[in-house]
Amino acid sequence: MISFVIRRVLSSIPVLIGILLVTFALARLSPGDPCTALLGEHASPSVCRDFIARYGLDQPILTQLGIFLGDVARFDFGDSIRYQRPVSLMLVERLPMTIELSLSALTLAVLVGIPAGIIAAMKHNTATDVTTMVAANIGVSMPVFWLGLMLAYVFGLLLRDTPLWLPPSGRISAGLTAVPFYEMYGLGVGPSSPLYNVFEFFSNLYIFNSIITGNLPVLWDVIKHLALPSMALSTIPMAIIARMTRSSLLEVLGREYIRAARAKGVRRAKVVFKHAFRNALLPVVTIIGLSLGSLLGGAVLTETIFGLAGVGRALFEAITSRDYPIIQAFTLVVALGYVIVNLIVDISYTYLDPRVRLE
Amino acid sequence: MTVSPLDSLDLISPEATRLASKPTSLTKIAIRRLFRRRSAIVGLILLGVLSATAIFAPWVAPYHPDQVLIGIEDVERRAPPCIHLLGCPGDRPQHLMGIDGNVRDEFSRVVYGSRFSLVIGFASVGFAIVIGTFFGALAGYLGGWVDNVIMRVMDVLLAFPALLLAIAIVAVLGPGLINALLAIGIVTIPAYARVMRASVLSVKETNFVAASQALGANMMRILFRSVLPNAMTPLIVLGTLEIASAILSAAALSFLGLGAQPPTPEWGSMLSTERNQVFTSPHLVFFPGLAITLTVLGFNLLGDGLRDAFDPRLAVKGETVRV
Repeated sequence: MISFVIRRVLSSIPVLIGILLVTFALARLSPGDPCTALLGEHASPSVCRDFIARYGLDQPILTQLGIFLGDVARFDFGDSIRYQRPVSLMLVERLPMTIELSLSALTLAVLVGIPAGIIAAMKHNTATDVTTMVAANIGVSMPVFWLGLMLAYVFGLLLRDTPLWLPPSGRISAGLTAVPFYEMYGLGVGPSSPLYNVFEFFSNLYIFNSIITGNLPVLWDVIKHLALPSMALSTIPMAIIARMTRSSLLEVLGREYIRAARAKGVRRAKVVFKHAFRNALLPVVTIIGLSLGSLLGGAVLTETIFGLAGVGRALFEAITSRDYPIIQAFTLVVALGYVIVNLIVDISYTYLDPRVRLE
Repeated sequence: MTVSPLDSLDLISPEATRLASKPTSLTKIAIRRLFRRRSAIVGLILLGVLSATAIFAPWVAPYHPDQVLIGIEDVERRAPPCIHLLGCPGDRPQHLMGIDGNVRDEFSRVVYGSRFSLVIGFASVGFAIVIGTFFGALAGYLGGWVDNVIMRVMDVLLAFPALLLAIAIVAVLGPGLINALLAIGIVTIPAYARVMRASVLSVKETNFVAASQALGANMMRILFRSVLPNAMTPLIVLGTLEIASAILSAAALSFLGLGAQPPTPEWGSMLSTERNQVFTSPHLVFFPGLAITLTVLGFNLLGDGLRDAFDPRLAVKGETVRV
């Protein structure tokens, strides 16, 4: 088991190195220089010279790569060119938002998708089955940004003045403040403390922070604000998970040992949940891991529509304005998250399917 | 009376007897099975309507997509749909999907948009298939370090979320529809390379390839005449499904302002232009998005149908297994 994990971790290193190189190259391949892109068309040559020297963009490309790799190793991503602030600080502010959004969307997708798939498989070839699959097909075909806008219209405007109203933008209502847990409990962590970024990161996970501080009004408000973006973001993974659960379960249900279990008199529900489900889960878990990629891509769109300051939106803005430090740091974090999730997926195979351990 | 023991045993299924008595090609069987699936038929109908709309756009659309109606008709900017059959007063001009922010007929723009979505789908997937197939075939056929290098590069491409990578590539190339197409194509190359490599690996070991080699055929001839035709099926299936996601990605890029630029009547771009008006003029967001959804749905349904129709595992009992 441990050797499997170690081997799996080691095998992701070449991919990570590749990601570093591609990130570095993509940022620098852009035609047009970052100076005019960031300081405007009218920046004078001397201002540009200073600017380029300050960010080391006049160095030979290999030297730049060396500096970049050294910085990455020290988790020092430099200052954003556009915002003139440390990139690590921006990550601390924005990453929690995206984590909350992706996790709540993924939770929603799993909580609805898997039961829907099971029901469709158990009621195979009935109206329930057909309806579920039609819904799933429409779900994978809807553009995230369109669904988001329509949800905002329906829940934010049409259902205004009803209990079903949901806020169509932002992360928390104006007037409500989430007091960081480290301030509330007087942990004495100031901006100069080395732990500040870590504590700030966790307190920016609003759901976590409001649970820890017991601030229920804020918790409820944050959940309401997350509802629409999560719904929009969850449809595609939800539909994919439902389809995969159904077809995988149908395949397993056709096996001999299922028939044997039924023949010896085990109840149908027990056969489905105890004998078949675990074996059907393997491809579903794979799909859940893979759908994280579409979640992160979708996060760019959802964050744009719902006015959320997350990683996706920041990365998009940085790419279009050539803010190299942000592009490098955020892409790296996103790709790292992707690699880690796939690692977790692979390790979960060993739990689900003991045969994997032996390979 | 002599009874053959086989007669009473019913070892041969009626399906097998039918197939044996009537020699049919695998493609014919697949097409027949495709047409037996309701979802695939729905997909074909959707795509048929879409293609007809695209081809006959000048006749379907009542206006030119860029025609500004100021001074021509008495219509307001962003006016909601006016359909005579649904009770809109007969003295007002009919606009099925309303008027957009620049006082143009939304319906005509949505109709012309079908042309873009089809071109986007086929062009980007075509590009990705050609490049991906080439590298996949090379990797599978040559093996060794060539295989290793090509497939590791593909792994790195796959490690990025597709839309983010496409955004980055468009940022390098510059915004625009053509560059968006290229970016989406590049992002999907690994999928084709993998499928092609797998097919080549399995076909490579067959006797007819060995026979070609023995006859002295060169590598290119073997690849294109013997290997490629036998690896086409998974490529067609994957390609159909990928057209759906290519259209979605292109719409997303246009929505972010990186793809088609206004005033091009491209659905994603139309949606993007009017997205801040969603609360006041929802029809300008609703219709382009609905058009995208139906198009993507069409390709998804057809792709699923093709996959099941060509799946040899479902060859005998296939029709009843999946919806």
